[in-house]
Amino acid sequence: MKLLSDIGKYLLLMKEVFVKPDKVRLFFRQMLVEFQNLGTDSLGIVIIISVFVGAVVALQTAYNIDSPLIPLTMVGFTTRQSIILEFSPTMISLVLAGKVGSRIASEIGTMRVTEQIDALEVMGINPANFLIQPKVFAAVIINPILITLSIGFALFGGWMGCVLTGSVTSNDYITGLQFWFEPFTITYALIKTSVFAFIITSVSGFHGYQTKGGALEVGNASTKAVVYSSILIIISNLILTQLLLA
Amino acid sequence: MIRAQEIYKSFGDHLVLNNVTVEFHKGKTNLIIGQSGSGKTVLMKCLVGLYGIDQGEILYDARVFSKMTFRQKRTIRKEIGMLFQGGALFDYMTVEENIMFPLTMFSDMTLQKRKERADFCLRRVNLENANKLMPSELSGGMTKRVAIARAISLNPAYLFCDEPNSGLDPQTANVIDNLISEITREFEITTIINTHDMNSVVEIGDNIAFIYEGQLWWEGDKHQILNTDNKEINEFVFASELTRKLK
Ligand SMILES: Nc1ncnc2c1ncn2[C@@H]1O[C@H](COP(=O)(O)OP(=O)(O)OP(=O)(O)O)[C@@H](O)[C@H]1O
Ligand SMILES: [Mg+2]
Repeated sequence: MKLLSDIGKYLLLMKEVFVKPDKVRLFFRQMLVEFQNLGTDSLGIVIIISVFVGAVVALQTAYNIDSPLIPLTMVGFTTRQSIILEFSPTMISLVLAGKVGSRIASEIGTMRVTEQIDALEVMGINPANFLIQPKVFAAVIINPILITLSIGFALFGGWMGCVLTGSVTSNDYITGLQFWFEPFTITYALIKTSVFAFIITSVSGFHGYQTKGGALEVGNASTKAVVYSSILIIISNLILTQLLLA
Repeated sequence: MIRAQEIYKSFGDHLVLNNVTVEFHKGKTNLIIGQSGSGKTVLMKCLVGLYGIDQGEILYDARVFSKMTFRQKRTIRKEIGMLFQGGALFDYMTVEENIMFPLTMFSDMTLQKRKERADFCLRRVNLENANKLMPSELSGGMTKRVAIARAISLNPAYLFCDEPNSGLDPQTANVIDNLISEITREFEITTIINTHDMNSVVEIGDNIAFIYEGQLWWEGDKHQILNTDNKEINEFVFASELTRKLK
């Protein structure tokens, strides 16, 4: 019951969010700010995680191939597939749900409990549109870029892992990377990422916006934002995979 | 002039405003007083439309505000300035940006003009040179003054203040009170102030509405309130030992 009413409230809020902004120029300016807040500020963590997990994926694949019948070029191939299909779009989006989601929910939640949202509304501004829309658009644009970078860094991490431990030669790894490449896997990864970006920003915006009370509730809202966006990412991951790859 | 006509408001089955009819006049400081929890903030939020009302009408001069859509309300909202209890300054903007914000949203003024207007408003609240400070760097009294500056930046016809001097020392509270009442007269604003500060009541109460148990219990001005024999008013006004002695 609670869930149904939350879904209803979420949809009503989205109806307010997705209207033409009051001042288009201000919308673009705010979106630039969000590129920084949601995008460039996450660059560091995305790169670090990608490089290390890329290395781990490649090494584990290498250790698990102990049959002489399977060529070591398979390491590059398998690493590439798991990075593009699953690790970068889904895992990194989950990390971003934690980082960006809690940030958005606590920012908007704080504005709610300190009456800044009321202040916007009294001025005649649609607060949902003004606060949430630039974040959603910014993330839907910037997250695919982050994920593309993540793919690059993870593949590089895999190469580094192989070469440094000497388990696979640089040549074998790179040959594997290029083996049987389907460009559609990239499209699939980027579509997934955009959907996840929409989920993260809109769900977190929703939880922040619904906050009532004080500092404690802002904390709760930010926890809920992370939990709900993560769950929704996992569920829609399954649905999108069925739709796009089946 | 703002008029609430027989308005009712409840949350769940808790009736907060019970048939309130009250009028607030232009160029006057109109006070809403009453005990904590009596419904002052709810009444004010109903007047500006942050809460919808269950029954009744709210009129801004001849315009029926309570029946308007969000878009229609916007024309009136551009004429409203509001001072929230905690200031409600946007904390990622500087003082100057806060004051310019309504201008940026709703006027076609150039940046230069907006800056000049912000300077003027800051001077009006005696806060020259605070332009570049962030809200987190302000004291409570300064926050209130910046919030007033923001509220008057668009030259409002209606000014709402929710407890403008709560949490301030008596001297600063006085400064804020006088500031609001001067601005009200100077610009012919319809000002509505929520307060339970007796000092404000006797200093600036041109028109006082006493809310008791969700109803308009008594109406009058600062002279009448000291001499009325209404029991609840007397209990409210002369609550402390000191004020009883003074009487
Ligand atoms: N959003 C809300 N949901 C439910 N009940 C509310 C809500 N806002 C206010 N109330 C109730 O309405 C009553 C009046 O509250 P209000 O905030 O108007 O009091 P007040 O007169 O402003 O008090 P104070 O002087 O302490 O600020 C209280 O009993 C409060 O519990
Ligand atoms: Mg109150």
